[in-house]
Amino acid sequence: MKIHEYQAKALLAQFGVPVPKGRVATTPAEARQIAAELGGKVVVKAQIHAGGRGKGGGVKLANTPEEAERAAAQIIGMQLVTHQTGPQGQKVKSVLVEEQSAIERELYLSVLVDSTSGEPVMMASAAGGMEIEEVAATTPEKIIRINVDPATGFLPYMARQLAFGIGLETRELLGQAQKLMQGLYEAFAAKDASLAEINPLVLTADGRLLALDAKFNFDDNALFRHPDIAALRDIDEEDPLEVQAKSHGIDNYIKLDGNIGCIVNGAGLAMATMDTIKLAGGEPANFLDIGTVNNVERVTNAIKVILDDPAVKAIFINIFGGMARVDVIAQGIIEAYRTFNITLPVVARLEGTNLEEGERLLKESGLPIIRGTDLYDGARRAVEAAAGKVA
Amino acid sequence: MSILVDGNTRLLVQGITGGEGSQHARRSIAYGTNVVAGVTPGRGGQLFDDKVPIFNTVKDAVRATGANVSIIYVPAAGAADAILEAADAGLPLVVCITEGIPVLDMVKVRRALQGSGTRLIGPNCPGVITPATRTRVGIMPVQVFSPGKVGVISRSGTLVYEAVAQLTHLGIGQSTCVGVGGDPVIGTRQREVLEMFNADPETAAVVLIGEIGGNAEQEAAEYIKAEMTKPVIAFIAGATAPPGRRMGHAGAIISGNTGTAAAKKAALREAGATIVESPSEIGSTTQRVLRERGLI
Repeated sequence: MKIHEYQAKALLAQFGVPVPKGRVATTPAEARQIAAELGGKVVVKAQIHAGGRGKGGGVKLANTPEEAERAAAQIIGMQLVTHQTGPQGQKVKSVLVEEQSAIERELYLSVLVDSTSGEPVMMASAAGGMEIEEVAATTPEKIIRINVDPATGFLPYMARQLAFGIGLETRELLGQAQKLMQGLYEAFAAKDASLAEINPLVLTADGRLLALDAKFNFDDNALFRHPDIAALRDIDEEDPLEVQAKSHGIDNYIKLDGNIGCIVNGAGLAMATMDTIKLAGGEPANFLDIGTVNNVERVTNAIKVILDDPAVKAIFINIFGGMARVDVIAQGIIEAYRTFNITLPVVARLEGTNLEEGERLLKESGLPIIRGTDLYDGARRAVEAAAGKVA
Repeated sequence: MSILVDGNTRLLVQGITGGEGSQHARRSIAYGTNVVAGVTPGRGGQLFDDKVPIFNTVKDAVRATGANVSIIYVPAAGAADAILEAADAGLPLVVCITEGIPVLDMVKVRRALQGSGTRLIGPNCPGVITPATRTRVGIMPVQVFSPGKVGVISRSGTLVYEAVAQLTHLGIGQSTCVGVGGDPVIGTRQREVLEMFNADPETAAVVLIGEIGGNAEQEAAEYIKAEMTKPVIAFIAGATAPPGRRMGHAGAIISGNTGTAAAKKAALREAGATIVESPSEIGSTTQRVLRERGLI
């Protein structure tokens, strides 16, 4: 789960990490008000989850409250397109109005879990203000990493190692770095983040370390124990079809660009099904892992989710039932035909527990369901059906 | 032979009275697995299905029955704790099916298990099965498995059933099938399972089912290149997955360049593994490789 920059900064501030003075505004008048409070010279920053806001025109400097108001009027409501939003962009609902900072150096700092070692890692770089992936690709030696042993947590020597490594060497700066890094790590650990990133971490002209931009991603698996974080979710930042799917209990649905809707049980098989559709010359409209299929309603909900996507021209249902029962799938498909007006071709490839019973139900229903004999055959038929060549 | 589980397995089921636990314990028993104990706090002294004694704690269960493998069907909020309880009771092997365990819980579990005598498989996995001895420690559908000499390793559940069904259909049986799980931090990675299969006299070849996210397959490729004496046939799911999105499994997310299917395939190919491009050709490709090596 992602959050906005202003929310990330509020969280960091709770853990003692210095952030610029500022507040979020949802109207230009509010922006003017905040700018006045901050002494007039501010930065007005679009609040969307995606990065690259500056290049997209979503970050403006303002020297007076009136300028801040004008900047906010331009940015709030704009459809901001960045290299991370996709061509449709993201509608901006609010801006963060912050005091300007006199920047001397831009650094980078983040914490995430390294799956290879199974440990949290804190990364720092003197190359701040750039995409870290670019730094990793071109000048990897500029990135310093230190593993944090879960048995000890983040220790002062780790902060020193990173600080010296990125050129923060005076006693004063070491002290600031220590406190800041400790705070970042604690926020990461306390809130079950999957990523906590400060980019850039700036050294101001008057010798202060400051988190100029902040980003947090949270472990979806842990949200159950962080209702405060879960409450920060911004539905407008998510694909509307995906939000709708979640409301029907379908959590693992991702909208893609093609026209063949997929319903599969199991994430790996779902990915493999998408891959097979592509190999058969088609394009998947989505990823959907229906999980363990133990009730008819789940199946009909999944079909509804696919039907809600106007881009879908054919549906491919690929179920390999271990625990999932084929007769339940069949009932779900029959119920879906009964409830919704399904005019699209539906291809089903079904294997596993209670296959015979499922076959019987589908046959007796007389519904025009195209059957695939195996994974590739099912995918191929779905591709043909989507192209209008129904067998 | 086989690895991890066999006829000597004495299985303890943590969560035996729950919905999933009871269903799967029943199926494993019906298959032929030696289920010796169940653990549900508060139900100690009762019998599951009139056959299996239930205990309040894992320690009690191990002491009373000599259980040597535990399987965990405990919900996500309590699963890390269940794993650690099993390790504390001295169990050499613990298999955790549970999906949805917070990553930082698994970070702590992994650290706690270092230096202990306990090996963890999973979490978020379908478990381990050895068809020859009918030992099913997990939720795998038994009808697709058959005894033989191909080892199978997978991060995915239903995709491995698809692969194994293809193998069985061609008369190619399996020595042991190990689901390592779909999470980013797991107890045993693919590389370690390859090492076990390499040392197992009954395994002649290995089918490796991978997916996007992380670098476990690259790690496996390093091992294959340096040490593996048996052929490896690999399929990597997610060639069509977009970057930055979590594709169901917590560990299946592409960030940067290492997590892509292309990078994994390249590493495995370079290490000498045979790459299967289409998931419906896993069985046929394995057959071809086995024939080429004179193994069938």
